[in-house]
Amino acid sequence: MTDTFPALSLVPKSEVAQSAKDFKSDQEVRWCPGCGDYSILSNVQGFLPELGLARENIVFISGIGCSSRFPYYMNTFGMHSIHGRAPAIATGLAVSRPDLSIWVITGDGDALSIGGNHLIHALRRNVNLKILLFNNRIYGLTKGQYSPTSEQGKITKSTPEGSLDYAFNPVSVALGAEATFVARTMDSDRKHMTEILRAAAAHEGAALVEIYQNCNIFNDGAWEPLKDADTRDDLMMRLEHGEPIRFGADLSKGVVRLSDGHLAVVDVAEAGESEILRHDAHAEDPGLAFALSRLANPVSLVNTPIGVFRDVQRPSYDRLVREQIDQIIDRRGPGDLQALINGSDTWVVS
Amino acid sequence: MTKQVVQLSRVVIRFAGDSGDGMQLTGDRFTSETAGLGNDLSTLPDFPAEIRAPAGTVPGVSAFQLAFADHDITTPGDAPNVLVAMNPAALKANLKDLPRGSDLIVNTDEFTKRNLEKVGYASNPLEDGTLEAYSVHAIALTSQTVEALKEFSITKKEAERAKNMYALGMLSWLYSRGADGTRAFLKKKFASKPEILAANLAAFEAGWSFGETTESFSVQYEVAKAGDLPGGRYRNVMGNPALAWGLIAASQQSGLPLFLGSYPITPASDILHELSKHKNFGVMTVQAEDEIAGIGAALGAAYGGALAVTTTSGPGVALKSEAIGLAVSLELPLIVVDVQRGGPSTGLPTKTEQSDLLQAMFGRNGESPVPIVAPQSPSDCFAIALEAARIAVEYRTPVFLLSDGYIANGSEPWLVPSVADLPTIDPNFATEPNHVSEDGTAAFWPYLRDPETLARPWAVPGTKGLEHRIGGIEKADGTGNISYDPENHDRMVHLRQAKVDGIAATIPDLVVDDPSGAAEILVLGWGSTYGPIGAACEITRRGGLNVAQAHLRHLNPFPRNLGDVLRSYRKVLVPEMNLGQLGMLLRAKYLVDIQGINQVRGMPFKSSELVDAIAAAAETM
Repeated sequence: MTDTFPALSLVPKSEVAQSAKDFKSDQEVRWCPGCGDYSILSNVQGFLPELGLARENIVFISGIGCSSRFPYYMNTFGMHSIHGRAPAIATGLAVSRPDLSIWVITGDGDALSIGGNHLIHALRRNVNLKILLFNNRIYGLTKGQYSPTSEQGKITKSTPEGSLDYAFNPVSVALGAEATFVARTMDSDRKHMTEILRAAAAHEGAALVEIYQNCNIFNDGAWEPLKDADTRDDLMMRLEHGEPIRFGADLSKGVVRLSDGHLAVVDVAEAGESEILRHDAHAEDPGLAFALSRLANPVSLVNTPIGVFRDVQRPSYDRLVREQIDQIIDRRGPGDLQALINGSDTWVVS
Repeated sequence: MTKQVVQLSRVVIRFAGDSGDGMQLTGDRFTSETAGLGNDLSTLPDFPAEIRAPAGTVPGVSAFQLAFADHDITTPGDAPNVLVAMNPAALKANLKDLPRGSDLIVNTDEFTKRNLEKVGYASNPLEDGTLEAYSVHAIALTSQTVEALKEFSITKKEAERAKNMYALGMLSWLYSRGADGTRAFLKKKFASKPEILAANLAAFEAGWSFGETTESFSVQYEVAKAGDLPGGRYRNVMGNPALAWGLIAASQQSGLPLFLGSYPITPASDILHELSKHKNFGVMTVQAEDEIAGIGAALGAAYGGALAVTTTSGPGVALKSEAIGLAVSLELPLIVVDVQRGGPSTGLPTKTEQSDLLQAMFGRNGESPVPIVAPQSPSDCFAIALEAARIAVEYRTPVFLLSDGYIANGSEPWLVPSVADLPTIDPNFATEPNHVSEDGTAAFWPYLRDPETLARPWAVPGTKGLEHRIGGIEKADGTGNISYDPENHDRMVHLRQAKVDGIAATIPDLVVDDPSGAAEILVLGWGSTYGPIGAACEITRRGGLNVAQAHLRHLNPFPRNLGDVLRSYRKVLVPEMNLGQLGMLLRAKYLVDIQGINQVRGMPFKSSELVDAIAAAAETM
């Protein structure tokens, strides 16, 4: 198990085999019936036993919003904090406690609106956090206002004539913030989400996982075209590192790089198989990942990639903080408080 | 040539010049040599918010005032005996504070027509009689420095920049200060620039020799060691470093790693700088993306079992308010250091004020009590940091530590404590379940309180069997589960208040200083007004009026005997560098009529102002 998740080598292992049940707290889950959050909760609880970590060394930290109730339902340590600040709070915990596996639970409003600053800086610093961003393109807990990921023109309570804001693409934002791991998955696809969670857990440093999640009360069906068996294969491309980026019925569509440098979706038969781009999630240059993140149409959802956009190695911030302290102690010796406060310039009054 | 040596009891020098003239450095060096001679001392730096305001202008004047004496003193002095003015702007900005008959040393090189015009002098004050009431020493400091350094292969500009060392050498001779410390300091500072080092040393020696030989100074002064200080090892210390060391001490005395989450802000940044220098104590410092993240990271570290601190000034506190509220709700230990400055808004970044008391007390949504402590002098920052940590850790609560710009940058001698004598702090982490459920199984209730302190258990992640969830939503008393029950909320609000109120049981009674035992007037202060109030009370007593002094280091809760103390005086005066914030709290809590003495000029009270205010109050009795 330690081989699968070297990034978790400092986290103590469980002494007993675990099941999903071990991660269910005694609190009644209070999301609306039919909410996409249920399946995410179930997927996470089903996945965690695979890590085999001591339950007490796992921490879930959330902000505010429907998704942020998540920690209450996990039988681990957890903190339901304040709106948008979970990445900052988790940063302090990660820096001071290398023996913990820390997960941040956030939503599109929490992470990208009120907490946008903390999100980009946690990603930039590469703090060892796994950030699960539940994106339902709506404010649910405040009963239905448009969010920073809502498509322009959206009719909501606060935008009866249609929203005027241009939307954020969370994957583009994360890549722009120099995130070392960026992925996207779906609330309803247990298998895919588990794969993504596994890859995120294995990553050292910050991992941003955008989860397309359905709010069946205030924005029902926001991702439906990507779930409907009739349309999903035609709209959604699954990114696999090292594999040609192909999708559609009979994998008839593929992504190519045009002579002007842009990416385009083409008919594979017309373009030729050899022209189809192979996905490279490990490329140091985030250019390809960013270009892929821009392919999707935010309204029609045509050409929506899911999977791991980027997964590159870079020492985590918290590790660097600890290593710097260790190096200074090696070089100067542990601090001597009396010597510190005495200083070099003293005199004696007798 | 040997000059007559005159013994003085107390001297106040003010160095004033352009921001780029190195006046703070000159003042620091003079202070250090003075400390080494065993004088008691007190300093007051006063510098502009701009790094380099336009040269030669009044807004660009930077000053450093130092009082030193052969006896115990508590203030940097109301008015200087000696003013060093490096240019016309410095003269213009500071002359009004200089009593007639005082010594005035001016750098004549800078009194050019253009520089005079820049500050609105129609004629040259050195020549038009403006200064005839003063003992003027007109010295061409710049050109004499350049002349002294002509053998060095440095630029004219570099030579000119050494004029502060020339002035320092001159003043050091005049007041019989040492030179070894300054020589050692320069050697370290310019270790990689031998030519600049040699030039600065030469400028210092040249200034010294000039003082010795010039006829402008007919006497040399000495100030004997302060004899009334308690015995022991002393050093000079400024408030911000003392505060940083106090936090490191609290970390050692509690066995908790120190974590600082902070965002740069004047005048608090030096605490971040100081702590960042001492990572060999295991100190973790995170310079966060903003004030909110600074406290957020600290709160996260507190959750993980660190001694967590965030440092800021008033505008930063405003941004941190929500997170402080969360800390109140989570009941986690957290120290919030507010080095107060003039407000509102950006206000006066480099000037001192005490106007955040009510923000600390009430500046959050809901009933959100936070303990407040305040140091009374630069050296007290060390002890108050330990006290803030004690309260935070033992009571699982955020604690405000209200310093201010005057304390942060001012300095005084400090009787260095022995580490062996410092108090210890027990984190008392929860390690076991604390409750037996109805079905007989052991459970952990994160909000089951210590019956005596009402503190909740601190169970950090990694503690087997104590997994639990906490958050900002109201919690059920005991279990900590989400609860919207009205009765429970009422109980929890009262419990949180009672916990903070109960801290009073562990803080010492307020001590009143009334040598006569017959005073009818009490002067009560908090924070950095301690020095000026003490000096004013002494002067008042020498004038024949009995007056009592008391100073609060705990602002929330107050010492238990405060009400009795207030009610035992006919008149209670409360000087504050605000419009009466402590006064308002005292009136509200004790129904005692408080007479405020209030000013917000960005500078500490002058003791003479307080003497006058006390006298005026006495006349109305």
